[in-house]
Amino acid sequence: MIDLYTVLFYVFMLTTLGSASIVVFSKNIVRAAFALLFAFFGIAGIYVFLLADFIAVTQVLIYVGGILVLILFGVMLTNRQINVDAKTGTVQTLPAIVITAAIAATLIGIFWSTAWPLSGQLKMMDNTASDIGSLLLSKYLLPFEVASVVLLVALLGAAMIARREKK
Amino acid sequence: MEELIVWLRHPGLNHYLILSGLLFSLGLFAVLTRRNAIMVLMGIELILNAANINFIAFSRYVTTTLDGHVVAIFVIILAAAEAAIALAIVLNIYQNFNTVNVDEINKLKD
Repeated sequence: MIDLYTVLFYVFMLTTLGSASIVVFSKNIVRAAFALLFAFFGIAGIYVFLLADFIAVTQVLIYVGGILVLILFGVMLTNRQINVDAKTGTVQTLPAIVITAAIAATLIGIFWSTAWPLSGQLKMMDNTASDIGSLLLSKYLLPFEVASVVLLVALLGAAMIARREKK
Repeated sequence: MEELIVWLRHPGLNHYLILSGLLFSLGLFAVLTRRNAIMVLMGIELILNAANINFIAFSRYVTTTLDGHVVAIFVIILAAAEAAIALAIVLNIYQNFNTVNVDEINKLKD
């Protein structure tokens, strides 16, 4: 009998891969953006299977709540009429398929043939947030501070670039 | 065949790595073939997510510490900054060129 854990894992995996395929192959850009929503949710589910509860919540908050809304704004603002001009074409499909298939086969071959040192498993915790917080303020303090400055500069720059110039 | 069925029944490190490899390839395909700049951005988001799955899978099965989670948080932070900047640039390009087709945007200044 297959246990529930395995079934749910494959549900999330197929949700992710199916939605990602719709994102990549759909002709309609609005449909692609909404498929990206389900792909992000599927990946959040995969994070839960990897015992990363904090990352899963962060994924939902930042990717689904932030980045996807930004992308939808971009879609709406750069298409003249949503229904008429919302299509997006593809170029060089055949070479791209060959290159992508070759890279996918190489990656999976490497993943398959490498003997990963499986020393054990991450121990189950009630929540990972407090431990991640301790790491961020001790071992990773400098990257944490740099990341905050990067975010500030990036958001100021984005507001600056996107502003309409006064005629 | 028996081994494959047993393998399929027990999700482990390789399952997550293969998922991330496929996701990376899909994102790369979008980046390579799409003409619309926003579709290229969506492909980049898929690639970043594939990298994140790898970090967290290795964190669970190989290093067994939370360092991979911290790196994943930094990736998410940088993805947010990247999306904001890139969309601002795309909007600006749309105002100047009246298109977001990456093939037609070939002038630095007109």
